[in-house]
Amino acid sequence: MTFKDRYDMVVIGSGPGGLAAAISAKKNGAQDVLVIERDVEPGGILLQCIHNGFGVEVFKQDLPGPAYAQRFINEAYQVGVDFLLDTMVLEITRDHRITATSKRYGFLNIQAKAVVLAMGCRERTRAQVRLPGARPAGVFTAGTAQRWVNVEGYMPGKNFVILGSGDIGMIMARRLTFEGAKVERVLEVMPYLSGLTRNYVQCLMDYDIQLQLMHTVKNIIGKKRVEAIEAVAVDEKWNYIPGTEEIIPCDTLLLSVGLIPENELSRQAGVLIDPVTAGPFVDDGFQTNIPGIFSAGNVVHVYDLVDWVTEAGLIAGKSAARLIQAGPQKTEKVIPVKAGENVRYVVPHTLNPDHLIEGEIRVQMRVRQPIEAPVWVEVRSGERLLHRKPEPYARPGEMVTIFLKPALLDEVKAANGLSVAIAKR
Amino acid sequence: MKTYDIIIIGGGVVGCMTARALSRYNLKVLMIEQESDIGMGASSANSAIIHSGHDPMPGTLKAEMNRLANPMWDQLISELGIPFKRSGAYIVAIGEEEFGCLAALSERARQNSVKTEVINANEMRKKEPLINPAVSGALFTPSAGMVDPFSACVAPLENAIQNGVKVMTDTEFISFITNGRRIVGVHTNRGDFTCRWVVNAAGIYSDEIMHTAGVRPDFKINPRRGEYYILDKTEIEMNNILFPVPSKVSKGILVLGSTHGNVLVGPNTQQTPDKEDKSVTGDGLNEIWQGAQKLIPSLNQRAIIAVFAGLRATGNALCTSSKVDYHHDFVIEVAKEVEGLVNLAGIESPGLTAAPAIAERVVELLKDAGELLTKKQDWNPIRLARPRFNYMTRKEQEELVARDAHYGRIVCRCEMVTEGEIVAEIHAPLPAKTYDAIKRRTWLGTGRCLGSFDMPRVVEILSSELGISVSEVSKKGTGSEFLFRPTKEVDA
Repeated sequence: MTFKDRYDMVVIGSGPGGLAAAISAKKNGAQDVLVIERDVEPGGILLQCIHNGFGVEVFKQDLPGPAYAQRFINEAYQVGVDFLLDTMVLEITRDHRITATSKRYGFLNIQAKAVVLAMGCRERTRAQVRLPGARPAGVFTAGTAQRWVNVEGYMPGKNFVILGSGDIGMIMARRLTFEGAKVERVLEVMPYLSGLTRNYVQCLMDYDIQLQLMHTVKNIIGKKRVEAIEAVAVDEKWNYIPGTEEIIPCDTLLLSVGLIPENELSRQAGVLIDPVTAGPFVDDGFQTNIPGIFSAGNVVHVYDLVDWVTEAGLIAGKSAARLIQAGPQKTEKVIPVKAGENVRYVVPHTLNPDHLIEGEIRVQMRVRQPIEAPVWVEVRSGERLLHRKPEPYARPGEMVTIFLKPALLDEVKAANGLSVAIAKR
Repeated sequence: MKTYDIIIIGGGVVGCMTARALSRYNLKVLMIEQESDIGMGASSANSAIIHSGHDPMPGTLKAEMNRLANPMWDQLISELGIPFKRSGAYIVAIGEEEFGCLAALSERARQNSVKTEVINANEMRKKEPLINPAVSGALFTPSAGMVDPFSACVAPLENAIQNGVKVMTDTEFISFITNGRRIVGVHTNRGDFTCRWVVNAAGIYSDEIMHTAGVRPDFKINPRRGEYYILDKTEIEMNNILFPVPSKVSKGILVLGSTHGNVLVGPNTQQTPDKEDKSVTGDGLNEIWQGAQKLIPSLNQRAIIAVFAGLRATGNALCTSSKVDYHHDFVIEVAKEVEGLVNLAGIESPGLTAAPAIAERVVELLKDAGELLTKKQDWNPIRLARPRFNYMTRKEQEELVARDAHYGRIVCRCEMVTEGEIVAEIHAPLPAKTYDAIKRRTWLGTGRCLGSFDMPRVVEILSSELGISVSEVSKKGTGSEFLFRPTKEVDA
């Protein structure tokens, strides 16, 4: 296969965000769309997520990750998206020139009218959570272990301790148990779960795997391979509580301690990054500060559900297609959206009120402190309440979504800025 | 029984430089290394600096070896292809009181024949915009430089191998074979080897090795652990070597831009009785962070991408000059109690810098002991560096990929290491057989994701290139394998 050196749109990454953006751009009038993927097949991290739980929102069906991905891969080929696989993008410039390299296709230089960044995220490592101790083999991120077990078909250990109650960690606890391994413990430094409650129930409770909140790893023991870890209870400020130390023999420590959007390419292109989300500042069409560079999915902020990544990709692809065909649109006014009381961040960072004419605008946020009681999610313009929505509770591990309805057009247009807050009802 | 002229125990930078120096002569040389790879001790876990020599106590072997070795590096790096930059270093005074210390440091440097220059606060701010605003001045030592310390081991050793030296890894010294007073060989876990000379370059174990021959029973290595942190190059950019004003026990916690572009901070100094204890600690981080922020207050812990610790081989040898009262000097000697043993011991900082001079001193010691060393006619001083994709221009990268498609596949995203580089290291004169061996050579897996992405891919490449099963591939030798068994096979 040969590739052109000019495309309407190039998507970096073929996970759920990238696939949706490519399909959506094509359906919305982009002539030629190329997806560049570093792995040998499209689908991104979904290919190693062989558990179910995907598609409930998008397809009203409960699918495993690879099946969910395959639907989009099939559709992408059907609508004529080109794929450049086993190829790594080295650089993107602010004027949309892409340099990539591949064992199969050599060195490539491609010019695009629009770019969609869909590189997803990477896992936090032991250095980033500053885990003390020795450095033997057997300390892996949960995602690396997941790839080994589900794609390569090998077990990276026999007795596991998992640090962090992120979703991948809990899902791996169940998966490893299925494969005959023993998961000794899941430790979480926070006083609450960092992943979804449904994963706690289905992956830990159902298999009698013990979760210890407000606990962490104080020491990793072992010269060549992990031999044990020392667990310890912590107070609210993460200080070790003396006397609570416990040695847990194990040969593997898995880390599920958070995900970070992967934005090194974005930075090179001059895309500004929000220090809170670690993803680009985006408008409601997922355009970054660089005209013609969009971003979709976990590269913007880390979602709870793949379905939402898909929906973000669809929006990004559509906005990119519009830009390709109509050129940059003059907007009368851009409205900033700010995180208010007890909201850690909100996406999008800005919105164009005119887009409310076409339909509702999705606003997603994460709560700062958990509230285990009914709450209001409120959108205000200054002091004025524009819209509110009840939720039964608010937890940092579960993203909150609110829709701005077209009926709010005039009020949003008149606003200098919106702020969202989450407060007890 | 295999017979050699000289057996070197230990593949650290001192052993590797010595192997190369000896490879120049018509000698049969064997190096034995107990680990699965060379350079796994202090040689690959240190500050990566070629010191000017301003700091050691004048009159010591440390001072002499540093002074002799520093200028040798220019020729070494051009012959051996070692990443190196003679950037100079700054000893930075914060506050007026510290400024007063610079004169004494400058005087010590003068006694060590090291050129220095006192610069004022404004000049320091210009050289390093991130410096603490309370800077009062600095001592600049232009001859200091930064080096890739592992390259400083592997490059001379590969050159030695090209010139006939044999290297055995996973080979542990057990005891000496003796004939009366004379050492005539070594027992190892992989058989016995005879020789006329043994060079003890065993780092933190050098004391135990000489003790098995009854040599220097009072000499002891008291390892001192130093922890380091590496910061993401995309978060902080710095190209200088910054020392604080030193304390009595160490040169202090420094901040430098490494040859790989990432900023390195450390080390602290902790006594440890355990010669295997390379763990990192929470207290260590706090200590290092305080020290580093004294120089660069804007350092952010969020930028930390890797941690490691090394063990300094601190000895207790008196300085050979009776006029100098110093208790931690290098030992570079032909042992007096036995025949046929050269001790290179207590080689802590500035050991990396000093290694090439120590190696030349070994040659002199052997000559003085009556060895008739004749030079090889066909000795080749050149070892070519292999391509490093990440450090090439786009044009060079394009040409490389066109020449060999393996270099087109990136295996490590953060450090941009290609399949071609990994395969080349596996088949190099000193083959990289483990994940960490590849990491030390290519810097793969040292970036932001710490190998999470590349690890399964590298395990697969090692498995196919070495012709072993993936469950035999290890991080750092037998016992550190990554994978146990295929899935769907439950343990009995």
